[in-house]
Amino acid sequence: MSWAIIQQSLPLFAKGFVLTLKLATLGIIGAIIVGLICSLIYYFKLPILTPIVTIYTEVARNTPLLIQLFFLYYAFPILGWRLTASQCGIIGLIFLGGSYMAAGFTGGFDGITKSQIEAGQAIGFTRWQLARYVILPQGLALSVPALAANVIFLIKETSIFTVIAIPELTNTALDLIGMYYHTNEYLFVLVIAYAIILIPLSLILTYLERRVRYGTFGH
Amino acid sequence: MSTPLLTVSHLEKSYQKTHILHDISFDLDAGEVLTLLGPSGSGKSTLLRCLNGLEAFQAGTLTFAGEVITQKAKQWQQLRQQIGMVFQSYDLFPNRTVLENILLGPLKVQKRSRETVLPEVEKLLQQVGMRDYRDAYPRQLSGGQKQRIAIVRALALKPRLMLFDEVTASLDPEMVRDVLTIIRQLADTHQMTMLVVTHEMDFAQQISDQVLFLADGRIQEQTPGPQFFKRPQTSRAQNFLASMDF
Amino acid sequence: MAHSGIDVLTMGSNFWRLLGGLWITIRIALVASIIGILLGSLLGILRTLPNRPLRVVLRLYLEFFRIVPTVVLLFLFYYILPKQFNLNLPANQVATLVFALWVAAEMSDIVRGALQSVSTHQREAGQAIGLNYWQLQRYVLIPQAWPLCLPATVNLLTRVVKTTSLLMLISVMDVINIGQQIIEANNKTDPNGVFWIYGIIFLFYFLINYPLSRWAKHLTQHQLEATHL
Ligand SMILES: Nc1ncnc2c1ncn2[C@@H]1O[C@H](COP(=O)(O)OP(=O)(O)OP(=O)(O)O)[C@@H](O)[C@H]1O
Ligand SMILES: [Mg+2]
Repeated sequence: MSWAIIQQSLPLFAKGFVLTLKLATLGIIGAIIVGLICSLIYYFKLPILTPIVTIYTEVARNTPLLIQLFFLYYAFPILGWRLTASQCGIIGLIFLGGSYMAAGFTGGFDGITKSQIEAGQAIGFTRWQLARYVILPQGLALSVPALAANVIFLIKETSIFTVIAIPELTNTALDLIGMYYHTNEYLFVLVIAYAIILIPLSLILTYLERRVRYGTFGH
Repeated sequence: MSTPLLTVSHLEKSYQKTHILHDISFDLDAGEVLTLLGPSGSGKSTLLRCLNGLEAFQAGTLTFAGEVITQKAKQWQQLRQQIGMVFQSYDLFPNRTVLENILLGPLKVQKRSRETVLPEVEKLLQQVGMRDYRDAYPRQLSGGQKQRIAIVRALALKPRLMLFDEVTASLDPEMVRDVLTIIRQLADTHQMTMLVVTHEMDFAQQISDQVLFLADGRIQEQTPGPQFFKRPQTSRAQNFLASMDF
Repeated sequence: MAHSGIDVLTMGSNFWRLLGGLWITIRIALVASIIGILLGSLLGILRTLPNRPLRVVLRLYLEFFRIVPTVVLLFLFYYILPKQFNLNLPANQVATLVFALWVAAEMSDIVRGALQSVSTHQREAGQAIGLNYWQLQRYVLIPQAWPLCLPATVNLLTRVVKTTSLLMLISVMDVINIGQQIIEANNKTDPNGVFWIYGIIFLFYFLINYPLSRWAKHLTQHQLEATHL
């Protein structure tokens, strides 16, 4: 393994690193918004929307991101829908991640004890007040561990963006290997780059989980 | 003679196939304390929950303050401000302080102003000996303290009827007396109308104007308090009292 | 639309070729899952042993496979095995190996969690009647932990199936790769074929995964009810 080769490649990897973070951040924020909306629709069993949400989450969860991306990137233009690779990446991540986040939130809402809901009803809360003061704060707190796992999962899924040639981390490494054949060096940097993102993040998320749980439930 | 505050007539309740409550009828006058006694599984909690709209019932009518209850969600939401309920498991909101737990009802549900509610709440907290805990979180309180706050939370809405379901059942013995004293004061000095489910027979004897004895989902007898504990009318009630070492 | 492109599917042997690719995909998923589940169960049991260095090593193994994305794992093995170990495996065997090791890592955590949740009471009761370590595993712990593992394992299977979509990256002739070949071969005459080919592959994946995830959900709900009683 040669340090010189690693050093030369670092500027390119830095670009890929930033792009990975940027796409992942946008995708995750979008996924959380979509997931929350879907889970609320599902929780309150809103007519018409509930079956739509159910179909969406089942389709998104049960198909690979890679095929979702191919569809967006290669098949959609035939319908007259032309998107850049990065747009496809973000939309794909939101499509997939939204269903995972929805499941995470739903798990949180389902974890609220019946007696807490009844305590709210007993002091005369309307449906909306019950959601505002009991269901949302407690359900969100309960869903944090699942959401954290999804965040890690979705960051790793950005590596699949390489199939539509988005120059994120994995794509950068594969490109470099294709050009210069320094397999060991580039793969080494690639693994380290993911570790730099994911190890601190998972420690932070674990800490956050504990804080939220204590802040909400006191244990 | 004034009309009763609450009238239950011919109430029937079942879960899917199992029939839980049969033909329940009774009146509760304003200022009266009615205790609901009966063996485990006889349907006491279920009856209380029907009276607060937490369970739907299949037949019969409830009349509260002259108004027939139609079991519409909107109507229950209004009525619950007048019918307070306290549970065995306290169920304070864990993410809110004591004061916030208490104020949610008066401020958000009843839309009263903080300036008028706060003095009332402080007085209630003082009465239950919890004035110093207004900014504590539920996790920092003992079971007995939590239950006292749960009672204040219900009272803060100024209900006309209070339902208590075995509120001392999960408390340590030392805590039980404090909570029961509070309930007794509520009856004696505030003439609060109450429906109380309890397994504390001494307490029941002290507090009951009327006793409703329930077994197998049916009212076996309704007897004035002093008389019930001396001479219950049915043998089932006699056996029940004997089994409670009374 | 005079030319919807759907005939790409029916033309010649195209559909049969796709099914052939699907079979390769399924075979890799199946073999990797079986090896991974067996190996992972063993590692999971080892992770409950009081041997600290062993636990640390196995934990590092798990964390490595958790942190590195599967795409990267595939390329790591694809490039490094021949170069560093002089091991020239065909791509589909490399893929099977990577998936098996990844499944084993995830499985080891599922099994460890389940074993540890079987109460110490049960453990002590078994020891009290004189069972040795492996007898304790065989007759007391594994029979009780097994149903606890099942929902998470079925969930893992759905993830394996989805992950097989990455096979094309190291040029395994899987369903997606064959689909791309068909698209390219017909691109001139049938530019809309891409829609149908990716559509049918999408459907294939859904048809395999949907029953699996329903099953996992059913098992989870069953378990929730059982523990709430
Ligand atoms: N959600 C439910 N679904 C079906 N059956 C129920 C449900 N809740 C209660 N029951 C049944 O209704 C009957 C009455 O229960 P209830 O809780 O009202 O009894 P209780 O008199 O309050 O008993 P305890 O003194 O033990 O609290 C019991 O047989 C119980 O099994
Ligand atoms: Mg009860």
